[in-house]
Amino acid sequence: MTRGPSLTFWIGAVLSLSFVAAALLSFLWTPYDVEALEIANRLKTPSVAHPFGTDHFGRDILSMIMVGARTSIAVALVAVGIGMGLGVPLGLWAAARKGGLVDEVIMRGNDLVFAFPSLVIAILITAVFGASALNAIIAIGIFNIPVFARLTRGAALSLWQREFILAARVAGKGAARISAEHILPNILNLLIVQGTIQFSLGILAEAGLSYVGLGAQPPLPSWGRMLADAQTMVSFAPHLALIPGLAIVLMVLGLNLMGDGLRDWLDPRIRVARA
Amino acid sequence: MSLLSIRNLSLSIHGAPILSAVSLDVGAGEIVAITGESGSGKSMTALATMGLLPRGAQTNGTVTLDGTDLTQLSERKLCGLRGREVGMVFQEPMTALNPVQTIGRQVAETILIHRAMTPAKVEERAREMLDRVGLPADRFPLDRYPHELSGGQRQRVVIAMAIALRPKLLIADEPTTALDVTTQAQILALLKSLTADFGMGLLMITHDLAVVSDMADRIAVMQKGRIVEQGPTRQLFARMEHPYTRALFEASDHRVAMPPAPADARPLLQVKGVVRDYPLPKTQLFAPRQHHRAVDNVSLTLNTGDRVGLVGESGCGKSTLTRAILGLEEVQAGQITLDGEPVFTGHRPNLDTRRRIQVVFQDPFGSFNPRHRVGRLITEPFHLLDAPPKGTAREAAIAEALNAVGLTPNDAQRYIHEFSGGQRQRIAIARALIIRPELIVFDEAVSALDVRVRAQILDLIARISAEHGLAYLFISHDLSVVRRVTDRVFVMQAGRIVEDGPTERVFSAPEHPYTRSLIAAAPTLPDLTHLKEATP
Repeated sequence: MTRGPSLTFWIGAVLSLSFVAAALLSFLWTPYDVEALEIANRLKTPSVAHPFGTDHFGRDILSMIMVGARTSIAVALVAVGIGMGLGVPLGLWAAARKGGLVDEVIMRGNDLVFAFPSLVIAILITAVFGASALNAIIAIGIFNIPVFARLTRGAALSLWQREFILAARVAGKGAARISAEHILPNILNLLIVQGTIQFSLGILAEAGLSYVGLGAQPPLPSWGRMLADAQTMVSFAPHLALIPGLAIVLMVLGLNLMGDGLRDWLDPRIRVARA
Repeated sequence: MSLLSIRNLSLSIHGAPILSAVSLDVGAGEIVAITGESGSGKSMTALATMGLLPRGAQTNGTVTLDGTDLTQLSERKLCGLRGREVGMVFQEPMTALNPVQTIGRQVAETILIHRAMTPAKVEERAREMLDRVGLPADRFPLDRYPHELSGGQRQRVVIAMAIALRPKLLIADEPTTALDVTTQAQILALLKSLTADFGMGLLMITHDLAVVSDMADRIAVMQKGRIVEQGPTRQLFARMEHPYTRALFEASDHRVAMPPAPADARPLLQVKGVVRDYPLPKTQLFAPRQHHRAVDNVSLTLNTGDRVGLVGESGCGKSTLTRAILGLEEVQAGQITLDGEPVFTGHRPNLDTRRRIQVVFQDPFGSFNPRHRVGRLITEPFHLLDAPPKGTAREAAIAEALNAVGLTPNDAQRYIHEFSGGQRQRIAIARALIIRPELIVFDEAVSALDVRVRAQILDLIARISAEHGLAYLFISHDLSVVRRVTDRVFVMQAGRIVEDGPTERVFSAPEHPYTRSLIAAAPTLPDLTHLKEATP
């Protein structure tokens, strides 16, 4: 009996992939130039010419959402990449040296990062080094490292107890090789699921930083800053706040649904039951 | 009329047939055993009786307890029945108890759920039950936690929970499989006396014919969801009308044709005065760290071609000793050498000796990476060779190893989940054989297998050891298995070797009191010739 991913997964995948597609399309084509100001056309409600309306400078909101998706996705993707790229090897290393000095240093370092409220530190980093998309990436990325390190260590520790790892040790394989060959492939699905969740959190964090003006800088459009700009005009042009807000909600929802669906699909216990 | 009466019970789960036309009776004060191999449906019969079937289960037929048809009851009514009318004891005492609740609270819980007594009386009853199962108040007050108890003591708590409301029927699903032989004998005696005292019916499920042979009043043998034969114990053993019953019995008592041991032996593995300590967690911040001595001054020698057994109960240090011999862990004192070469040099395992020792583990499901194909799995030890075979030489080595264990070269392309437990253990042996070691350590290698498969694997071990001139160290808690495949045996207790000698001598005339108690506690199959004459 084989079973594909659930409906939840497909809804999530369609939602998030449509944003990714919009972001990719924006490299080639957008309905209007996002930097072109058309004061005459400002604060238009949605129409055929401007499906999502225009903002207070007369820029097309659909185009801004498309380019903003690009910023959000790029920031979140690189941040998750940093988290995985550093966190997973650290977690594997800590698990292989369980109870040793390396384990202690890595895990106490993680605790240290965890101990700080992440968004406050992100604000600190961008405040000290200047507000830019790059600094936002670094700030969000740093807080992804302990998430992946902990998850990896926990999952790897239970695998180290398994007899096939013992068999590999009897075959003379070292810790690094066992981690790469036996541990990592067996925890990969866990990491992918966590990756999609962290990705959605990264998008939220980027929106938050841009909202307070510490993310991507103008004229680069960003969902968070669109929200911030819209808040003074929310009483007479609610679509200005509604549309970027909905974009954030749908993207995050899509990724979470996808992560949930992936977890159900890839869960090894369910896979064993199916086998 | 009998207490429990199962009539023509059929069960399918998601359309797959599990049980077909099972009929069984258990009378008050009667012990009925269901036996059979894994997948025969014996546990499902018990779960169906309790109404604890998984989703998608479809049943036909009736399960009548004391005149009530359980298959017609609502879940709500079944809840009222479970624990009160039917108690259940599970296999694994380590997971059957809640680790954060005291034993008194857990025994009391069954009573409280059914609001059977006033809270004041509940504690009294819980105490009474724990006393009854052999956990007296002075040593086992109600506020003990499960982790403070041994496996056998935990199983006693589980039994106390099951009988707290004096159920009419007790179902025990492999109640002693996870326990040591001496503990097993005590738990079986307890179950037997409880059945007699309370006039309960006991439905016992076990794969081990020897366990039930001197305990059950009646035995039902199951195969592929059907009861192929049932009857009073003595009569069943005497007649054995169904060929499957006979096959099971013969496999349980399987005699391995041991090839003669090689003549020109030289010392191969030498273990001298080995000590292995484990640090215990600190109980106080500045207190000196305590140590647990798992292996205490153990010495033994294995010659080339030797077939040696190591027996002992759980926690005796046999697994620790195995790890030390394999060079997986460093020892605190003493030395382990293979052909004069230490297995552990300069805080690192010595790979030169490692390639001459291989190991087969107990768990046929956990000892393979599920993501690799068999060909890759069994060639893992090639990592130990300086120049591992490549291309056609590698293919030939895989084919040879698979052929040696009775599989085909084509199996190399398949994944491990496509194989049964017995086949997986063959693959584990192929993995050990592929670099042609001189010594294989079998660490409880047949303990997880069904009797018929076990018999085949034991034959295989005897055959390949002769063909390849292998020495092996066969580690097991199961005395009857060790007796069949070894020439010499070491008995281990609390980290020390208390007795060693030729297997037949140790088993027929044990010298150490511990060996004697082990052998006395081991369940044995009845002698058939005697039975046949005794039964009319």
